[in-house]
Amino acid sequence: MTTPQEPPPPAASAAPPIVTRGLTKRFRGGQVAVDTVDLEVPAGSVFGFLGPNGSGKTTTIRMLLGLIAPTSGSVELLGESMPKAQLKVLPRVGALVEGPAFYPFWSGQANLLRFDAADRTADPRTRKARAAEALERVGLSNAAGKKVRAYSLGMRQRLAIAVALMQRRDLLVLDEPTNGLDPQGTREVRNLIRELASDGTTVFTSTHLLAEVEQVCTHAAVMSRGKLVRQSTVADLRAELRPRLVVRTPDLAQAAETLKGLGATDLKTTEETVEGDSGDLPIDKFAAALVAADVRIHGFGLERPSLEEAFVALTGEGFDVAE
Amino acid sequence: MSLSSTVDGGRRLTAGRHTLGLFRSELRLVFGRARTQAGLGVLAAVPLLIGIAIKLSGSDGDAEGFLGQVAGNGLFLIVASLGLSLPFFLPTAVTVISGESLAGEASLGTLRTMLTAPAGRSRLLAAKMVALAVFCLAATMTIWISGLIVGFILFPVGDVLLLSGTTVSLGEGLLRALLIAIVISLSLLGLAGIGLFVSSLTSTPLAAMAATFGAFIVLGIMTAIPQLHAIHPWLLIYRWQSFADLLRDPPYWHEIARNLLVQGAYLVVFYTAAWARLTSRDIT
Ligand SMILES: Nc1ncnc2c1ncn2[C@@H]1O[C@H](COP(=O)(O)OP(=O)(O)OP(=O)(O)O)[C@@H](O)[C@H]1O
Ligand SMILES: [Mg+2]
Repeated sequence: MTTPQEPPPPAASAAPPIVTRGLTKRFRGGQVAVDTVDLEVPAGSVFGFLGPNGSGKTTTIRMLLGLIAPTSGSVELLGESMPKAQLKVLPRVGALVEGPAFYPFWSGQANLLRFDAADRTADPRTRKARAAEALERVGLSNAAGKKVRAYSLGMRQRLAIAVALMQRRDLLVLDEPTNGLDPQGTREVRNLIRELASDGTTVFTSTHLLAEVEQVCTHAAVMSRGKLVRQSTVADLRAELRPRLVVRTPDLAQAAETLKGLGATDLKTTEETVEGDSGDLPIDKFAAALVAADVRIHGFGLERPSLEEAFVALTGEGFDVAE
Repeated sequence: MSLSSTVDGGRRLTAGRHTLGLFRSELRLVFGRARTQAGLGVLAAVPLLIGIAIKLSGSDGDAEGFLGQVAGNGLFLIVASLGLSLPFFLPTAVTVISGESLAGEASLGTLRTMLTAPAGRSRLLAAKMVALAVFCLAATMTIWISGLIVGFILFPVGDVLLLSGTTVSLGEGLLRALLIAIVISLSLLGLAGIGLFVSSLTSTPLAAMAATFGAFIVLGIMTAIPQLHAIHPWLLIYRWQSFADLLRDPPYWHEIARNLLVQGAYLVVFYTAAWARLTSRDIT
């Protein structure tokens, strides 16, 4: 709640909190880790930033936060040009970059206090209280006084999230926030992100958990080999995935033959199913045809592919990291 | 009303006022570490060891310089301990702390968290340098205090016979010893600057310490080579011993001033280099 004499909060809903134009990073040695990326993250969105290992997500996030200089292109954060305006902008941005990093010889609480003291806009009078609240939110209250050296991986990850939560932020930039968390922790972080988003914070998060994206993200972008291959709402991404007709049957060959006969395309046969794109034909026609062909049907219906399939379709099947 | 929103209001109202927090935190980082405390402990032990050795040997007067005067006047234990720590112990301590400063944070990864906080690169560097200067002073003052305590317990104390043959009161003697401690801590700033710069180049604190100490050794060797006398006045440690001029009456400031000028020059050059490096460096 704001007191009457205070100016109203900045109209965060207007300008997109993150805009990049032609953002490119070429590392020494010539590798182009990020290649002319044009990102636009809408205000109030929960934005999933996806891509295989080595596709340039962390490198992009580092450039967003002014940690590394772009080879070319520009970054605007909360309407201000980075890295020029970083001292002005970054206090409003909570960040978690590439895994948790702390002073191992200090307690979790002492670590939070130091990072907060580094921000000259942070009020020292409320520092301890804010640290306690942040620790509470990530479920670390009981380990607040323990040296970080003695923290488990998941506890460190939680502490890293707590750093981002030390103040009310307009934007959170989180690099794989659920990395190393247990199922409860993952769920907590998911709820936390929802809660923050409903308070008006824009959340930009890289992740490999596509189920997470389906559950919490409103928007998503997909990186592949340094290039941004897709950027849209999650609903659009999903809508583009055509539902597939799946027939569960022991008579695989016969079923496939029948579906093909009616014009189904992209047929795939697994151990127990035949599936394919049913085209524009209503599926009851397929059911009738299968019954007429004496195919034993154990299961029948349209299935919507998961985001994972969309992801693989965009970034390729290969397991080897791109070089 | 949630806590964070109250806090947020406070933040906007008082924005830009809390510049000292980072400096205080930096001091806590340097002095809160067991490593620093152990180092200061070693420095505190120097007067104790010297005092005990002199007490046990029972000889008075046959040792050279300030050491020879300790048995007669405990106050000289302070000066002798500072003088004996200057060639090795103090530079080693400064090397370790300055080499650690930026490279330590880079290796932990905390540098990126500090910069996104945001600490500001120039401001973080300034805080590191101030903390280093405070450490230099703390190191010499540790010896001063320990020397005072041990000297007063083990030996008689009284009026102080200066190098120029005049005698001053114990109080003035203590004051001059304090000035010596301050001058010596200022003499360490050039080395601290080198350490800070080297530390900005790498993410391996041990490498930064080794390189800084290597530079210190090389400067020492160069100071010992007569053929290089043309550049001697500009070498870091050439006038380090000038602190003894504070025990003349009146104090002889000429050499001390030149020493501090050289320290200042090293500090400016290497601090600027460290700044240029840190503000352009990719932090990964
Ligand atoms: N400092 C660096 N010097 C040279 N190359 C680098 C550097 N940092 C990253 N790279 C390269 O840039 C590419 C992108 O790396 P990045 O860390 O951005 O990937 P990522 O999408 O975050 O991957 P992951 O999912 O594994 O976290 C990789 O090929 C990596 O080898
Ligand atoms: Mg990454």
